[in-house]
Formats: sequence, structure tokens, C-alpha cells
Amino acid sequence: MTNKTQRCYILKLVKTEDKQQILTFINGGTDHATPSSAELIEEDPNDPYEERGLIFPSGEINWNCPCLGGMASGPCGTEFKDAFSCFHYSKEEVKGSECLEQFRAMQECMQRYPELYPQEDEKVQEYERSSETKQTSQDSASAETSFLQSL
Amino acid sequence: MLKCRTVWKKLAPLARASSTLCRQNVRRAGLNNGKMPSCVPAGHMSTGPAGGGRENQMYFLLVGVTCVGGGVYAYRTIKGDHQRYQDRIDEISSRPHKQATEEPAIPIQSEPPAVAEPEPQAALSPEEPSPPAPDVEILAPIETTEPPPADEPMVEASAEEAAEPSAAPVVEEEPSPPSEPSPAELTEPPPAPVAESEPTAAAESLAAEPTEPQPEVVAESGDSLPASLQFPSHTPYLLIGGGTASFAAARSIRARDPGAKVLIVTDEPVPPYMRPPLSKELWFSDDPSVTETLRFKQWNGKERSIYFQPPSFYISAEELDGAENGGVAVLTSKTVVHMDVRGNKIKLDDNTEISYDKCLIATGGVPRSLQVIERAGEEVMKRTTLFRKVEDFKSLDKVSRNIKSITIIGGGFLGSELACALGRRSTECDLEVIQMFPEKGNMGKVLPEYLSNWTTEKVKKEGVKVISEALVKSVVCKDEKLEIQLKDGRLVKTDHIVAAVGLEPNVDLAKSAGLEVDSDFGGFRVNAELQARSNIWVAGDAACFYDIRLGRRRVEHHDHAVVSGRLAGENMTGANKPYWHQSMFWSDLGPDVGYEAIGIVDSSLPTVGVFAKATSKDTPKAATEKSGTGIRSESETEDTAVSPVASPTPAPPAVLQKDEYGKGVIFYLRDKVVVGIILWNVFNRMPVARKIIKDGEQHVDLNEVAKLFNIHDD
Repeated sequence: MTNKTQRCYILKLVKTEDKQQILTFINGGTDHATPSSAELIEEDPNDPYEERGLIFPSGEINWNCPCLGGMASGPCGTEFKDAFSCFHYSKEEVKGSECLEQFRAMQECMQRYPELYPQEDEKVQEYERSSETKQTSQDSASAETSFLQSL
Repeated sequence: MLKCRTVWKKLAPLARASSTLCRQNVRRAGLNNGKMPSCVPAGHMSTGPAGGGRENQMYFLLVGVTCVGGGVYAYRTIKGDHQRYQDRIDEISSRPHKQATEEPAIPIQSEPPAVAEPEPQAALSPEEPSPPAPDVEILAPIETTEPPPADEPMVEASAEEAAEPSAAPVVEEEPSPPSEPSPAELTEPPPAPVAESEPTAAAESLAAEPTEPQPEVVAESGDSLPASLQFPSHTPYLLIGGGTASFAAARSIRARDPGAKVLIVTDEPVPPYMRPPLSKELWFSDDPSVTETLRFKQWNGKERSIYFQPPSFYISAEELDGAENGGVAVLTSKTVVHMDVRGNKIKLDDNTEISYDKCLIATGGVPRSLQVIERAGEEVMKRTTLFRKVEDFKSLDKVSRNIKSITIIGGGFLGSELACALGRRSTECDLEVIQMFPEKGNMGKVLPEYLSNWTTEKVKKEGVKVISEALVKSVVCKDEKLEIQLKDGRLVKTDHIVAAVGLEPNVDLAKSAGLEVDSDFGGFRVNAELQARSNIWVAGDAACFYDIRLGRRRVEHHDHAVVSGRLAGENMTGANKPYWHQSMFWSDLGPDVGYEAIGIVDSSLPTVGVFAKATSKDTPKAATEKSGTGIRSESETEDTAVSPVASPTPAPPAVLQKDEYGKGVIFYLRDKVVVGIILWNVFNRMPVARKIIKDGEQHVDLNEVAKLFNIHDD
């Protein structure tokens, strides 16, 4: 919050029957320094219509999340889904440590499409290295985000 | 059959009742007739049944005829059903069989052919992962409940089919688990994506043809042995149109249906690309070969192509059937000329037929032309560009370098953006840029007048000669120059015209498909879930859909194409969600000015604008730099400048002070509910705007609502 004045000006514009525009200017408007008294309806976390993030409220992976870009839908989509599912549901102390096979398969696939998955090798290797360090499943949310970032 | 029985059972008591009535009436009539003659002028006040002998007889006759008619109809229906059943059985047995396990499925098909109509939907279920539990949420809503018994044997046998047994042909034609690529097997499993028994390309060509009139298609592919070199003649997912909505749907389908096989058919010669850069970023590029590379630099410096994905993303149409994990194939330069909804197939302009299980129509539209131009003849027409596609961009870029004067007719988004883009170029290459439109100012149909005026000033600063309140009366070509005569007498001479006067949604398929077209908004009429029929969806510019919050509408913006395409893809894979996430749109008039908007933004609605002075940080460029993303709808930054006043003066500030930017929020109201919001030079607040529209509440004080945007915060 800055110290400068938080005044706002209000312009109301309506069209009358004969298409005339009436512009009402409320000068000296109002001060936006005080918090809003407008009420917004509380969000329902289980609203079936809402767009969801990467993980559904049920715990499942939302493959259609825009955050995944085209990862789940491209030529290596299946491999990616296998690898990421394995990682997501992994209960090992080093999360995803039992998923190396899937990651290798994914990496192999991605190498065949360098145009689509640039520099994949480095990134996947980086991931594998980072997964070797201790990471408990409590960190799963952040683990997932960092996994995706490494892609 | 069952149905008829129940109907007959219902009719029977009625028939009995009415016949009893008849008999009673007759008796009464008979008695009355004997006595009547003496009391002829009996009161005609009531219309009771005992009104007279003749009326009784009429009544008796009517009821009798109805009963007889009903009986005849019922008899015929039962006979017909039986006949149809026989026909179906004969047909099935005449086709090549493969497995014994199909036997158990057959008796189940003997279930009412009456319920057989939903076949198309029935065969649509297929796209599931191998254990197709009968309690499938994912299946299309039309599912009948017959599947469960038949499912088990089939699943075991084929390891991949979830097809409904009620679609007889589907059952028949499953490949045996160790895939036999024999040409005889051309029948189609809805080639569900499970890895193991993937039939080879040869067998693949035909997927489930749910209804009977497919035998001819079966026969065709029956003859062709090297089906692997052929076009797919069936695809589980068919997307008509190769634009933004189609691509978004393809992505959605692939994400949700493992191994899905998606076929996109487009009349353009290129794979799907995004449209906004064609009238914005591509024009600002420094690269002289931009018309070839079609790459542009985003605000954050990162370069990208207008194509959603490079060619290696797609697989070829021939490979589609055999692809183990499915994929997206694009058929370019092919127009769909006919759609047979009953038969679930389409016909291309080269007479190829492709059948589908689920289809998306995302045909977009064609730019509207001006009648005066069409009437003006060949010489004028060839100097006119209707701007929409990549090829239009390429040709306009070329033309604009070789002429002295260009006129854009139209003052909306496209017209204003092109005018600004060309106006910029005018400084480099001595090009006169004129823009003319009937409204008072640029974006006159969208922005409130004071903002429209401001925008017009901005466009003029970009080097454009703006002629407002201009209605074109006629256009002629004289000595290689075009002369545009306006209704008010003004004459404008120019070398080339760009018409940006709207989009005509492409509903060419409506007739052959028997789909409804909306008379108010144009486009295919679909429900809130973007469905036109149970296995046909429409998305993008061509869809006139029901928006639960804002009512029926048709939206022609990029983000809407993405959102609706995604939603259609989700619904094609069984999500059954309505249009709910409100799409947004934006417009840039150069690096300093742009705005983002959401909902219904129509200048005929009353508006309330809340403004504050802006700083240099409030520009589109700064916004994207801050958020680190490129395309506006990704970062959803808001930049539009509106600052009415430098100091509180009594006069309403209709024109901005020079170099003074403002920022603010403009609310569009309908019945006191906010239905649209423009964010003018305010960053990253689109989620707040979206929420306000979603709530749909009547707010007493909009200034309080404006506070939610924290426009004074950086």
C-alpha cells in the first residue's frame, strides 16, 4: 500500500430512450483506502463446474490442467502420464524412487521429438538427481511443482 | 418389443373403458330415441353425452374408429419390430464372424430395436481404458443399461472393448486379442486405446459403425487389403475445422482419454495456429522473413510460432489407426461437404467418407463482405482483402509494401488493430492508412463513448487517418485506384481496401446434418454443454451456446475458442460440464495501451467506470514483464488506460490529458447486475472480475466492488 492518495473518480454512463448518452461524473469520487464492503459469494471447493488445478479435490491428477501444457496430450503423453502417476502416488521415502523405469521410458520418448521437448535430457537428469536427495511425501505438493518445473 | 407390450397393456384398459362407455351410450341413446320425438327442443344448454341420438352415434363412431386405429397401429408396430429384428439378425449372420464370445452378446441385442436409435451414442462409449466398468461415468449420457451383462465376456475376450452390445455391428467386429490383421476383419472396434491387442493398421480402418447403413463402407474396406496406406475411414474422434477451438479440444481429449485417436479435418493447408498475432505481433516483428517463419516476439522477449505445435506433434492420418498410443492427425486442404448425422459420417470434397463416434464442429466463420464491394465488380474485389487467415496476412503484408494508400473499413477489434499495425508501418514506408466506420469512434460498439473517444485519439496518434460516422455508398475502380463514395458525400481515394466488418459463422453443414441454426446470433445452436446432438458438439466462433450466467450468446474471441474447445473436448470424453469458466478477451493498440475484458461488453448497456491516475508501470509491456508470460490471455494482465481527470474540475473529462494515463474498472450492467467488466491498465485482476460476474449479484455500490480490484496497488 502506498502513501499516495487513493481517490477514485466515478463516471456513470447511461443511454436514454432516444440513444442519448448521459455521462454523470462524480468528482472527488471516493477514497479507496478503506477496505471494500462488497460481498463475494464464498467459493465451494467441491463445485463440479469449476476449473481445477493440477490435482482434483479427490487427489487424482487433472491431466487437462493448462499448467501441464501439452505434456499429457503429445506423442509422449502416455509415457508422461505413466511416469507422473507413478510419482504422484509414490509412497516411498524418496518420492518416485521406484519410478525410474517410467521416467527412462518417458525420456526415451522425448528424445525422439527434440522439437517438442527441447533440452529434455538435461531436465530429466536434473530431476533424477534431485529425487535422490531426501524428500518426504509431506513435501509432495511442492515436489510435484518442482518436478513440473524441471520438465 | 417390450415397449409395445407395455403400450398395448396401457391401451387395453382404455379401450375397454371406452367401449363400455360406447355401449352404455348406445343403450341410452336407444332408449331416448324412443321417447325423444316429442321433446325436440330440449335444452341445448349442456353438452352432456345424452344430448341426442345422432350425437351419441357420432361419439360411438369416433371412439370406435380410434380403438380400431389404435389396434391396427399396435399390430403393425409389433409386426414391424419383428421384421426389423429379423432383418438385423440376417444381416449380422451374413457378416464375417470372428469369435464365439460374440454369441452371448447377440441375444442381448434382441432387446428392443425400439431402443436402438441411440446407437450412435452407444457406440461412442468406447474410449475408455481397459476395465470399462459398466458404471461408467465417462460414457456418454445416452447410454442404455444393457451393457453390463454383455460387457464381461467381451472385456475378457478382447481386452479393449467397452462397446455397447446394443450396437450390434460393433460387437461383431471386435478384433481378437492377438491382433489378426486380416482384411476380413474390417470391423471396427471403436479402436479403444488399450495397448495389448492393438490391431495393425490394416485392420484398423473401420471402427464401429453403429447403424446398419454401414455395410457399404464395410464392403469397401473389405476389398482394400493394404489399408495401412489408406486414409482412415473411421475415427473415434472427428474434429471438423482446424482452428483454435479444434486444437484445444484435441488437447483436452488426448489428456483425458488415454491413447485417443483424434482426426482434425481443415480446409486450410496448414495445421492449427493462433489468430491474434496475425493482426498484432506479427506486424511488429523486425524479422523481414516473418511471413515465412510466422514467428513473433512476445512482450517478454521470448519468441514463438503462431502454430500451436510444430509438425512433429501430429501423426499422419494414415498412421492414426495403427498408433498404439493414439495421436492427433490433421487432414489439410479438405472441406467437409456433407454430414450424415444418422449414419455418423461425413463426406469430404474429394468424396471420401469418414465415419466417427464423436464429432466436434469447429468451423469458425468467414469474414463478412460488404455488399457495395461485391456489387462493384472484379477490379474492386481484387483490390480488397477480407482478413482472417494466414494467407490473408501474407498477402496483405506484401500488398502493403507496394502501395501508397490503404483503407480499412470497420472500427471494431480487427479493424482497429490492423489500422494501428499498418499505421506503425506507415512511418517506415510512406503508406497512407485510413480507417473508416459508421460509429463515432473506434470500438464504438464496445467501449463507453468517453473511452471510445480516447481510443480514437490513440489510433490517430499511431498514424491513422480516422474517418468516423462514415457509411460507404459505392466503390469504383478508376485508373488502378479505388474511389470510395460515402453517403455524406465525401470521397476517399485509395489503392487497397481491407474489410473488417464482422464474421459470418460457417454453418454450411447445418442443412445436411439437420442441425439447428440460431436466428438471433447465427451459428449452430447448442446447449449449455455445447452439445448439438448426443454425439455432436460445437465450439468456438460457430457455436451459439447457452451461458448459464449471461444467457444465450455467441462469442468470437480467442480465449473463448480455447475455453469452449477445451470444454467440448472434456464433454466428448464424458465430463458433462456446462460452460462456466468465463472467457476473457483483450485488445492491444500498441505497447502503451491495451485492455482486458470479460463478459458482455456492449456499449449500449449502462456503464459505471471507476478510475484513478495511472503510473508508468501500468502498461501492457510492464504487465507481461512482471508476470513473465507472453500471450495476454495466459498472464491475464490487464492494461487499459482511462484516466479522466488530472485535477478535480466540475467538467466531465471526456478527453484525456496528453501523456496522462489512467487506470480503472468499467462495469457493464444489465438489470443492475454486472454482466461485463473492462480492466483498463490494471494488472492481474481478471480472476476478481471473473468472480464478480460468476456471482451475478446485484451490488448496491459499485465503487465498493471496484475496491476489490485494489487498483491503487501496484
